[in-house]
Formats: sequence, structure tokens, C-alpha cells
Amino acid sequence: MSSLTPLDASRLAMHRARKRTNRIALALALAAMAFGVFWLVWILVETVRLGLGGIALATFTEMTPPPQADGGGLANAIYGSALMVGLATLLGTPIGIMAGIYLAEYGQKTWLGATTRFINDILLSAPSIVVGLFIYTVIVARFRTFSGWAGVLALALIVIPVVIRTTENMLALIPNALREAAYALGTPKWKVILSITLKAARAGVVTGVLLALARIAGETAPLLFTALSNQFWTSSLSEPMASLPVTIFKFAMSPYENWQKLAWAGVFLITLGVLGLNILARLLFRPKL
Amino acid sequence: MTATLPATPTLHDAPMVRTDPAGAPPPRRRTAPWADPLFSLLAHGAAWLTLALLAGIIVSLFFGAAPAIQEYGLSFLWRSEWDPVQNRYGGLVMIYGTLMSSAIALLIAVPVSFGIALFLTELSPSWLKRPLGTAIELLAAVPSIVYGMWGLLVFGPILATYVQQPLQALLGGVPVLGGLVSGPPVGIGLLSAGIILAIMVIPFIAAVMRDVFEVTPALLKESAYGLGSTTWEVVYKVVLPYTKTGVIGGVMLGLGRALGETMAVTFVIGNMNQLNSLSLFEAANSITSALANEFAEAGEGLHQASLIYLGLILFFITFVVLALSKVLLAQLRKGEGTRT
Repeated sequence: MSSLTPLDASRLAMHRARKRTNRIALALALAAMAFGVFWLVWILVETVRLGLGGIALATFTEMTPPPQADGGGLANAIYGSALMVGLATLLGTPIGIMAGIYLAEYGQKTWLGATTRFINDILLSAPSIVVGLFIYTVIVARFRTFSGWAGVLALALIVIPVVIRTTENMLALIPNALREAAYALGTPKWKVILSITLKAARAGVVTGVLLALARIAGETAPLLFTALSNQFWTSSLSEPMASLPVTIFKFAMSPYENWQKLAWAGVFLITLGVLGLNILARLLFRPKL
Repeated sequence: MTATLPATPTLHDAPMVRTDPAGAPPPRRRTAPWADPLFSLLAHGAAWLTLALLAGIIVSLFFGAAPAIQEYGLSFLWRSEWDPVQNRYGGLVMIYGTLMSSAIALLIAVPVSFGIALFLTELSPSWLKRPLGTAIELLAAVPSIVYGMWGLLVFGPILATYVQQPLQALLGGVPVLGGLVSGPPVGIGLLSAGIILAIMVIPFIAAVMRDVFEVTPALLKESAYGLGSTTWEVVYKVVLPYTKTGVIGGVMLGLGRALGETMAVTFVIGNMNQLNSLSLFEAANSITSALANEFAEAGEGLHQASLIYLGLILFFITFVVLALSKVLLAQLRKGEGTRT
């Protein structure tokens, strides 16, 4: 046995080295995971701590105050946000669903389908501020005024790709046998899509709409030079309109203490809303793991 | 359309009575014969609209930027002057800021995302996979304005006190490194922007990496384990080579996000048009934050056109990066069926 000892020793050393590398790598992976979760927890804790301090009943009932004044709230910003986000979703969802239907039911093998899918994936991650620029040059510059409508359009353009993506993915999950069975009964294509496949993919499509809603609720960049902002309550979409994210931006960058406090309250509300929508979407449609 | 197509009668049709024994089927009755073409038209129209959207963005940006393009041409890319008072513009400072902050972000985010994906696919007990995966995905859902405000008011001061000041004390006299950490200790600048961007893109990159790692056939991994490989060796020598196009695609996706991110960067980068100091802690500017800060107040004419030109450059860069990411990810998927 003694003749094998040198070999054994070098082998053992190599084995030890490999195990050490492995242990280090796995420890680093664990650290990376902890690193990721750490930021989420830190951001949430700070948002809740500082946000709760700024929230009062007045936050929901009073208008945005001038700097260094007592009281005031975010009522006009919350209203503007809700109105624009709601309208944008109403506008963008049907278009997104129809294009998703096209991709999954009509254009799987056509060049239009392939191109649209490619372009859509790029629009999905394109800088949202560019969408704002686009609406500015097309709408705001032409009508010579910032307006709530311009904000609605900009947000709707962000909804469309998100809804297209999820609708297509969800429709693609529906087994073809279901479609064939419906066709065999003589059902016209539009009816197969509306009452068979889309119905079967309902939960997934709703999830997509919720995710789109969550995405635009926190979008600031496309509103900066479309809806701009407004210090007062307005229901007219042809005037500049306040929104929660733009108000937060303005208030957080200011040196005034009461504005910063309201900004934290706004950030808390937005985070609560967006994460709530995300969790709701996840509960509604649990993807297979 | 009561045509006599040889068609399948629907269930709602009247009882089938063969009136003509010679063989012609009964006339077909459809409730809404126009519905099918109309629905198809709507679906096609929506798809065309998506394409038109992209074309519209590009065309409108070109038109908006036309005065600046005429004035400067491509020299806009390397002119560093940005002076609204004298009406002279150049994009170098913003382009540098955008590229540099994204580079810092990737430098941090890529290894961390790789670690997270490794943990989620190979290490994590299965009951932990789902909650941890969800936590990382929620990190992606937090609106960027939240990151921005947190970065400015919470993270920035901490970075200045506990990182920048010790570094300045340590490297203050050293020629090159000292320059990198100079600047007022307020926690604003390229490094803060890069770190916040990194936190924002980690979820995107990690999610793609996790998904492509899971594509690796179990057979390959099991063979490697069977030969006595450690977990790290399996990931580094089997999974990573197998999925490298997908991994690069994921990194590109993260880069595309980082380049176009607006609010988080605007809060912490400092918005100062300077290139005199290359310090990581000195205030700088990026394309998106220049747009966010100046566009609504910019007078019509060259100032606005120059800002739109910057937007066009940004859109062009992100378009190329995202298209590349898409192509790489598609390549991995194509190979999936052939190599087992």
C-alpha cells in the first residue's frame, strides 16, 4: 500500500481543493441571494417607517399644499393618477388582447406574427421616457398644451406590450385539442377564440392586465411632459393633471420638509398599491414551478 | 352570406331535412356571417398597430430632432458642451453618464444575479424556491420612483458616510485612485446611480438566468454529478456553457433596462453637466435625467430638438441592445430541441 501513498496524497489534495472551491462558490451564491432579499426588505422597511409617519386623513381629502404650509394632502394627485391609470388601462387592454389573439391564433407562422412578437418584446423594455417624448411630439406639441389625455395615451402605450405578451403566452398554453373540438362542431373562429380559448385563458389574461396596471401606476417618466402636474383639483382631461408619481418627484426633490413628508406618504401608497396588485395577480394565476 | 358552401352545419341549425335527394345540402344559416372577417380584421389591425407604434416613435423622434441633427450631425455625439444660454449643445456628458452608470450597474448585478440563479436552481430547498423567487420578482415590481427617493434620502447619505469618506481618507493622496473618490460627501453621483440601477436590474437578469438554467437537461447534470463533479463544477462546466447565449441575453436585457431607467437615476445622479472630474462620487448627468429635468421647461427650437436628439440616441442604443438580447435568447431556445 505504501507505493500508492504519494498518489493518494496528491489526489486528496486535489479533492480538498475542489471541495473548497465548491464551498466558497456556494457560500457566495447564498450571499448573493441574501444580498437581493436584503435590499427588498430595507426598501420596504424604510418606506413603511417614513411613509406611515406622513399619512393622515388629510392626505386623502386635501389638495397638495404650497411649500412650508401646514396640512395639505395628495387628494388631487391620487384622483389624477386613478383617473389616468384607469382610462389608460381601458384604452390599452382591448388593443393588447386583440394583438395577443392575433399572435396566438392567427399569426403563429407568418412574418407579421414573428415581426410583431419581436417588436413587442423590444417595446416591453424600451425606455418609458421615450414614450413620453413620442406623445409630446405627436400630441402636446400639436395642441400646444399639456393635458391629461396626453398622459392617458402615454400610459396606454405602456399597457399594450404588457397585455400582448401575457395574452399570447396564456393562449399558447391552451391545448389545441380544445380548438379542434370546437371547430369540429362547426363553430366559427371568432366564437372559438372568444368563448373557448380566451375563456380558458381568462385568469392569465386578467393577471396580465393587473400587472400592466401595477406597472403604469408607478410610471413617472412618461407623465413628466405629457400630463405635467397641477396644483389644484381638476376633472378636465384637457388640462394639465396632477399624478401621484410626478407629485412625489417634485416634492421629494424639494428642500421643504412638509413636501418631503407628503412625498414619503405618496411613496408608501404607491408601493402598497403596486405590490398589492402584483401579489393579487400572483394569487389569481399561480404559474407552474 | 347564405352561400351554399359544402360546410358543416352548426348545432343551432334547423333539423336537417334533405329536400333534394340528389345531394345538395340544405342552405346554411349563420347567425353573424360578418363576425369572422371582422374579428380577424380587428386582430390583424391590433398587430399592425404595434408595428406602427414603433415606426411612429422612430419617425416622430427624427422629426423632433431634425433641427439639432441639421446643426450638429454626428458631432453631437462627442461635443461635451451643453449651454442653453448660448444655445450650444452636445451630448457627450449625458451619453458618458448613461453608459458609465449602466456599466457600474452591470458590474455589480451580473455576479449577484448569477449567484441568485445558482442558489435558486441548485441549492435552495424546494419549499424555499417559490417564496424567494417571488421576493426577487417583487423587487422588479417596485416602481422606480421608490428606488429613487430611497436612494436620495436613505441610501445616499449612508454611502457617503460609510463608504466615500473612509475611501477618501485611505486614497486621498494616491494620484489616480484618489481622483476616483474625490468630491463632496453627499452620496450623489455616478456610483450611487450605478448601485441603485444594479439593485433594479438584478431581478431581471436573475429571473432570465434562473429560467435558462432550468432549461439544461437533467441528464447532462446528472451525468456530471455521476462522474463526481461538485455542484460548482456542474454549474460552471456544464450548465453555464450549455446556456451561455441565454445568460448573455439576460445580461443584455438588464443592460437595456439600466440604460433607459429614468427616475431612479434622476434622483441620485446629481444632474450636473460636467466631465472635468471622473470621480465616481461627483455629480454627473445621464440622457434620461437630462430629459426628465429639462424637457418640460426647454424652449422650442434647438434646446428641445437637442433633447429629443438625445432621446433618439437612447432609443437607438436600447433598441440594439434589446434586439441582441432577444436574438441570443431565441438561439438558446432553438438549440433546446436538438441538443439533448
